[in-house]
Amino acid sequence: MEEKPTIPIITGSEALIRSLINEGVDTIFGYPGGAAIPIFDALYDHKNEINHILVRHEQGAVHAAEGYARVSKKVGVVLVTSGPGATNTITGITDAMMDSIPLVVITGQVASSLLGTDAFQEADVIGITQPITKWAYQIRRAEDIAWAVSRAFYIAASGRPGPVVLDIAKDAQNNKTPYMYQKTTFIRSYQPTPDIDEESIKKAAELINQAKKPFALVGHGVILGNAENELKEFLEKADIPFASTVLGLSAMPSSHPLNCGMLGMHGNIGPNMKTNECDVLIAIGMRFDDRVTGNPNTYAKQAKIIHFDIDPAEIDKNIKVDVKVIGDVKETLPQVTRLLKENSHKDWLAEFKPHEEREYEKVIKDELYPTSGEIKMGEVINKVSEATGNDAICVTDVGQNQMMGARYFKFSQSRSLVTSGGLGTMGFGLPAAIGAKYGAPDRTVCVFVGDGGFQMTIQELGTIMEYGVDVKIILLNNNYLGMVRQWQELFYDERYSETHMKNPDFVKIAEAYGIKGRKVTQREELDDAISEMLNHKGPYLLEVKVETKGMVYPMIPAGGNITNILLGEKNGKGN
Amino acid sequence: MQEKTLYTITIFSENTVGVLNQIATIFTRRQLNIETLSVSPSAIKGIHKFTITTFAETEEVMKKLVNQIDKRVDILKAYYNTNDDLVHQEIALYKIETEKLLATSQVEDLVRKHNALILDVNEHSTVIQKTGHYEDTQALFDELAQRIGVLQFVRSGRIAITKSRVERLSDMLEKLKEKEEKIKRKNS
Repeated sequence: MEEKPTIPIITGSEALIRSLINEGVDTIFGYPGGAAIPIFDALYDHKNEINHILVRHEQGAVHAAEGYARVSKKVGVVLVTSGPGATNTITGITDAMMDSIPLVVITGQVASSLLGTDAFQEADVIGITQPITKWAYQIRRAEDIAWAVSRAFYIAASGRPGPVVLDIAKDAQNNKTPYMYQKTTFIRSYQPTPDIDEESIKKAAELINQAKKPFALVGHGVILGNAENELKEFLEKADIPFASTVLGLSAMPSSHPLNCGMLGMHGNIGPNMKTNECDVLIAIGMRFDDRVTGNPNTYAKQAKIIHFDIDPAEIDKNIKVDVKVIGDVKETLPQVTRLLKENSHKDWLAEFKPHEEREYEKVIKDELYPTSGEIKMGEVINKVSEATGNDAICVTDVGQNQMMGARYFKFSQSRSLVTSGGLGTMGFGLPAAIGAKYGAPDRTVCVFVGDGGFQMTIQELGTIMEYGVDVKIILLNNNYLGMVRQWQELFYDERYSETHMKNPDFVKIAEAYGIKGRKVTQREELDDAISEMLNHKGPYLLEVKVETKGMVYPMIPAGGNITNILLGEKNGKGN
Repeated sequence: MQEKTLYTITIFSENTVGVLNQIATIFTRRQLNIETLSVSPSAIKGIHKFTITTFAETEEVMKKLVNQIDKRVDILKAYYNTNDDLVHQEIALYKIETEKLLATSQVEDLVRKHNALILDVNEHSTVIQKTGHYEDTQALFDELAQRIGVLQFVRSGRIAITKSRVERLSDMLEKLKEKEEKIKRKNS
């Protein structure tokens, strides 16, 4: 008689850990608590297979998992307890939802018999997280754990990625269940990659072939879809100038001859100008966020617009388009490329040049290469970028540090910018950098933070200390919530309401955590300090006292358009 | 203000916990008020059907709403229609005092006129049922209330069926089945 393989009978917690291992998980960011103790207990037996990073606050765990997922192409995994443990993850989960980051967030939950009784540390995690997740599911039986984990990973990573929450009742963690793992490959009610409409491919190719002034907008979808090569072939074959959204940065090298820079509120003049002058606008894996479009009523009215996206709900959501190419860009781009004729748009590309020169003269020169006065934010970022050979991972917090990072850090490979794009989450930077280092241990990770955002998750210095996470923290300290201060200066009659901050001695704080720190106030010390930081083995805090009244220019005010652009000229406000 | 159109949204979902919550938040976020709501198992086992009506200023709003609903993992299909595409119906129950029913022949006149039914009579109260469009059930209510007095009144949410020939869901399920088998073959 043939011997049947024996199906092991194990606890739900053990089933959870084995399921994670079956999904290839080797790193988890988490924080234990009452309703998750059985899971952490099971984890204890699998220390060799799963590396658990104990953060200092659950928000940090989610941001770390985001950083990890972004640079590694893997699903980020978070493990926390019920109630406050779970509610502390909300900001991070929302952030991941906005930026389409694949996460599986596992929350402990009170025993199923106590659900709905306002039990100790009970929170309605499913009710709270449904609107901010791709999928949220409560597991009440140990038997459902393997099935739910398998679905969770499939949903998080496929199609347009996003966060998934699994809320596991304590009895489901403790009870015994037969364990068999099967990967999910299909869910009837969920079609992650829509079928490609051949007609749309033809229409898109036709439009592009006829275009005299085509212009491409590169978004996060290209990176999420691992379609960098497909994009490159597409752009090069038809010789299409392009610019990136903030999250699309690093999909193509900064130095690519067709790369015209960044779009949006603090983007480059050329791309924003040419959006309203091109004849065919090709949006690839981006969603026409208001920070990119400004006033949608004056956005690219002259152009035929082609929109490549995997999510049908993004089509015509913010901007009406002429041709929609729904599908995975890794498949749709090559199909269009095949139909494109080799082309040259030299004259059109040259039209970007004068704008570049103007921006250099009016903004960039003074920001990157000042010879006197206080240290500038852009100056620091440019120096760090160059010192790493433009090959590091740049993590940013949110605000001026972020926009300066996006503008002046240079990229030579994809997945090199980790930033909170959609939600704009202050406090994202430091924990995201920790995750990024775990996701790409061989790369240099530089995180730019302001004095405001740094203090929102500063406790993660403890995580950095405990594990010796080699992140280079560059604190651009202007003693202000700089981006709000900038708006107050420009639009609120210089009424600086609640944006000034009295700060602690950050270097001492770093030292208390055993992290080497150095404060720089003089331009002459900057190069030496950066090189000391990069040569130092292990984490390092470089605090740079930057210009208090630093401004990010160019700026297209919210809801405005290119004609409203501010460059900080002497006759205007600012500078 | 622009005149608003009443749209009927039909949603087929898997029978999982919390689907209604997911749908409701999508309405809430866009400041769309749910006018009527009706949920029931569909003809296909394991699949639930939601029929929701809401007023919107433009069709654009409906397109975006339905796209967002369709995007949820547990939703099989969502679409919207205007009244012209649909056969739709509501049901209403009216409770009146039996004493007043017996006192005059007005109730009989109203039941005949409105094509209503008497469902139940006891010594205290009588329950009348009327099916029809909103205006129809409302018209009976108005007359009953004016002439006899209504003790209790309840109206169901709209249920609707499209006039088009094909049942869209069954087609879709068949295609999905094929897709699933293709994926399974590929993986084995």
